[in-house]
Amino acid sequence: MNRELFLYTLHLADNALILGHRNSEWTGHGPNLEQDIAISNIALDLIGQSRNLYQYAALLFNKNNDALSFLINSPAFQQVPGEIDEDDLAYLRDVNEFRNCLLVEQLNGDWARTVTRQFLFSAYQEQLYRGMQKSSDMQLAAIAEKSLKEVLYHVRWSGEWIIRLGDGTNESRQRMINAIESLWAFTGELFHPADYENEMASAGIAPFLNDIKQAWLEKITDTFKTTTLELPTNTWMQQGGKNGVHTEHLGFLLAEMQYLQRAYPNSEW
Amino acid sequence: MEAINDNKQSAINDPVANTVWKLLEEVPDPEVPVLSVIDLGIIRNVIVSGKSVELMITPTYTGCPAMDVISMNIRMILLEKGFGPVILKTVLSPAWTTEWMTEAGKEKLQAYGIAPPNAKQQVCTPAYFQREEAVQCPHCRSWNTRMISEFGSTACKSLYKCGDCQEPFDYFKCH
Repeated sequence: MNRELFLYTLHLADNALILGHRNSEWTGHGPNLEQDIAISNIALDLIGQSRNLYQYAALLFNKNNDALSFLINSPAFQQVPGEIDEDDLAYLRDVNEFRNCLLVEQLNGDWARTVTRQFLFSAYQEQLYRGMQKSSDMQLAAIAEKSLKEVLYHVRWSGEWIIRLGDGTNESRQRMINAIESLWAFTGELFHPADYENEMASAGIAPFLNDIKQAWLEKITDTFKTTTLELPTNTWMQQGGKNGVHTEHLGFLLAEMQYLQRAYPNSEW
Repeated sequence: MEAINDNKQSAINDPVANTVWKLLEEVPDPEVPVLSVIDLGIIRNVIVSGKSVELMITPTYTGCPAMDVISMNIRMILLEKGFGPVILKTVLSPAWTTEWMTEAGKEKLQAYGIAPPNAKQQVCTPAYFQREEAVQCPHCRSWNTRMISEFGSTACKSLYKCGDCQEPFDYFKCH
């Protein structure tokens, strides 16, 4: 139970951190100033969520160090003296110890692909957090309640972009079609529970993914229908991220994100 | 809101706690320096026992970088005035809302050139392309304004422009 709660919290934190980092790659490169600020703010919200979750994961880890330390084998992490903190979890774990969904680590591509990734994920996060507000774990319930308010903004912002591009020019529409076709294969994993998610759902700590799938699909379908864009059918669904098996992109992301702490351990601003 | 009022009520009967609340009025939000942490409504509780002070803080936005600076400044001012140890605890639930911002705070915001959050939240629903929230220009008081971006210079603000005086301005959005 301790093991599953720790892994589940890490999974939630990794989702938020990795998507937050991806979005932050747009900072200074957005299509215009306002949208550059918008996506940077969404990055900030997500990284803020991940901090709350990593702090909680660190607390769980420190309380039960003996039983949990075998879960993280990266030498840099193993060498942390004494108690660990949020930064150790973000910067010192290796790629196969991250448990985020494959969707969030996918490359930014063009603006259409970035907003599509955001929309698919934020609509999922909205339903997840709505369910998690009733969690029997008070800390996760509180984080869900707090984060949900921010996620609602993300869903609206990214959903409006789906419509704007889908209803825009021939080119923007074609880019939307390309985006949804390249990302759809990563949506199956969102609702395919890992063992720790099943365990958490049975314990009343997390919602059952089956219970939130319909609301997510309706939101996606309705939004795409507004622009007469079709969702792909018969797509092979990729999975593995929740158990540490990632696409090739995550390693490169971590190399950039973790470089400073790995090269200069414990350096601070 | 209630917790704050209840607590301020009890502070009146406790001169030391009262001093702490007064000191907190001098701690500004580093990104909106006209607002104190009291104006923001983020201090949920203060427990004073001898010289030791325990404070409960609710963050505005989870990723708000100002929160770390605020915590440090609170600690500094209390230690300076001879209190200690100072224990800061983060309370996430119930989540912070702009309804907790004081009326005095809203007036200060407007005088500073930032439109304060509307008293009644108008467009915090998930529907797409809603009519923009009617926001009054903090410079010329015109209602002829339009939103330029839902996300402004910080997570808590959106960007507006006045159609009359033509000045752009920040709106501290409802949350």
